[in-house]
Amino acid sequence: MLSPDEWQAVRLTLAVAARAVGFGLPVAVLTAWLLARTRFPGRPVLNALVHLPLVLPPVVTGWLLLIVFGIRGPLGALLDEWFGVRLVFTTAGAALACAVMTFPVMVRAVRLALEAGDPGLEEAARTLGAGRLDRLFSVTLPLASPGILMAGIVGYATCLGEFGAVITFAANIPGETQTLPLAIYAALQAPGGEARAATLSLVSIVLALVGLLLSEWAGRRLNLALGR
Amino acid sequence: MVRHRFPGAGIDAAFDVPTPGVVALFGPSGAGKSSIINAVAGLLRPDLGHIVLDDEMLADTASGVWLPPERRRVGLVFQNARLFPHMSVATNLRFGLRRAGPGRIGFEEVVALLGLGGLLGRRPRTLSGGERQRVAIGRALLAQPRLLLMDEPLASLDAARKAEILPFLGRLKSALRIPILYVTHALEEVVQLADSLVLIEAGRVVAAGDVSNIAARADLPLARRDDAGAVLAARIAAHDVEHRLTRLDAGGATFWVPLVDAAPGGALRIRIPAREVILARQAPEAISVHNIIAGITRAIAEDAPRRAALVEIALPQGALLSRVTPDAVAKLALAPGVPVLALVKSMTIEVLVS
Repeated sequence: MLSPDEWQAVRLTLAVAARAVGFGLPVAVLTAWLLARTRFPGRPVLNALVHLPLVLPPVVTGWLLLIVFGIRGPLGALLDEWFGVRLVFTTAGAALACAVMTFPVMVRAVRLALEAGDPGLEEAARTLGAGRLDRLFSVTLPLASPGILMAGIVGYATCLGEFGAVITFAANIPGETQTLPLAIYAALQAPGGEARAATLSLVSIVLALVGLLLSEWAGRRLNLALGR
Repeated sequence: MVRHRFPGAGIDAAFDVPTPGVVALFGPSGAGKSSIINAVAGLLRPDLGHIVLDDEMLADTASGVWLPPERRRVGLVFQNARLFPHMSVATNLRFGLRRAGPGRIGFEEVVALLGLGGLLGRRPRTLSGGERQRVAIGRALLAQPRLLLMDEPLASLDAARKAEILPFLGRLKSALRIPILYVTHALEEVVQLADSLVLIEAGRVVAAGDVSNIAARADLPLARRDDAGAVLAARIAAHDVEHRLTRLDAGGATFWVPLVDAAPGGALRIRIPAREVILARQAPEAISVHNIIAGITRAIAEDAPRRAALVEIALPQGALLSRVTPDAVAKLALAPGVPVLALVKSMTIEVLVS
C-alpha cells in the first residue's frame, strides 16, 4: 500500500516523536513540579519561557534553535566539540525541535495533574517519615501518573504533526529529517504529488486517531489501578 | 513528655503530655486545637513556640530550631484518614514501618489490635469510613512514633462507626505504652478515652488536669453543657448476682450499679450526669436510691440560662457535680465546706468499660 520511502517517512516520524517525548517528558515533569510545588524568585520567568514556543510562530522557534544549537551557536559548538553531536539537519535535531515545540503542552498536562493532587496525602507521607524525594516518587508522581501518561501521549501526537520548527531547524531531508508533515509538504510542492500527499495524510489521520484512543484507554486503566 | 508554648498566632497554650496516657485537647471548633496539633507534628510553623519531646527539642523559635515532620517521629491520624489510594491496605500500613525500621510496635500486633486482618489486600476506595480510620491509625502506629497525635479521628464518622472504633482506641491505649494527644470536640470521646484533659477556648488553655477533676469543676464551661457530669475511675469490688448489682470502688466511695459483665478487680470508668444527682443534708429513709455518697461542698456556681445552680462535691478522690435549683441550694444552706449527701440512682450511672 505504501512505497518504501513512504514507510520510511512514517517510521522516521514515529522515531522522532518517541525521542522527543523520551527526552522531553522527564524534563517536563521536573519543570511542572518546580512550577507547581516550589516558590523561587525566577519562577514567573521560567513559566513564561516554558510557554514561549506555544505563542511564538514555529518558524521563529526553529530559527532561535538554529542560533543556539547551530554549529557556531553557543550550545551547538559545545556539543560538537565535546561529544561530536551535531543537531542541525539531523534526526536528533528534528527530535529536539519537536521536543521544544511540545514542551509547553506536556508541562501543562503534568502541572494540572500535580495541582489536582491532594496535598494532604503528601503531609501524611511526611509525618510517616518520607523526605522530599521519597514523597515525590512514592506519592506525588504515582498519583499524577495518569496526567504524566496523558502528557506523553498528547506530546507524542503533537510531535507527529510538528512542521514549522522542524523544517527550519532540521530541514527537509528524506530519511534523515523528513517526517510525515514535511513529506506531505514536499509531495504537494512536486508536480503530480497529490496522490502521495493524500496517502500520507490518511496515514497521519490514522496515527492521530490511534494515539487519542490509546490515551483514553490507558488513562482509564491507570485510574483504575490507582484506586479511583 | 511534651511541652508546648505558642504565644502569638492567636494561640497561647502550654501543657505536658505524660507517658503513657491520653491527653484530650477539648474545645469548640476554631479554638486552635488543630493548629496546636499541626505545630507538634511539624506541618505548621508557629511564629513563636517551644516543643520538647522526650528531652529532644522539636521546635524552638527563640533558638531557631525546627525539625521537619519527617524527622520528628510523631505520628498523626487525620480527621479524614488520608490513606494512599494507589496502595493496598498492607502497603499503606507498611509505609511508615519501612521508613522507620522495625521497632517496638509490630505489624502483626497492630493488625490484630485494630482488627485489620481481613482488609490487608484491599484498596482504600473499597473500605468503609470506620475501616479507613482504623487503617490510618495502624499506619501511624507502625511508623514507631514517640508520640501519637489524633486530630478529631472520629469527627467525620456517623454514630455507629464511632461506636465501632472507640473500643479499638481503648485497647490501643492499654496495649501500647505510647503517649497520645487527642483532639476532639465530642465529650463522649473524652469521657471514654482521656486520662487528662486540656480545655481550650479561643486559643487559650482554660483548664488542664485529670479528667475526673476537670469534668466536675463547677466553674468551667464544661459544667454548663446539658450532658455535664462527673467522671470517676472505678474498680469492680464485687458482684451481687442475686440482686443483679455490682459494687464499685470509685473516688474513695462505694457505688452500686446494675450488674457489670467483667471480672472483679477490673478497672473501668463511671460517668454520673449532673442533672441526675440529688442532694440531701440527712440520709433519707425508705428510698429506692442505692447510692448515698457523703462528700463536702467544694464550690457552687450559677448556671443562669438554665435557672440552675451547679454544686461541686469533693469526694476522698475526685468529685461529683450536681445541677439543682438555686432554691434547693438555699433550703439546704449549702456553702463551700458544708458536708452534703449526693443521692445517685444506680440506673443513671453510665459504666464505661475502658
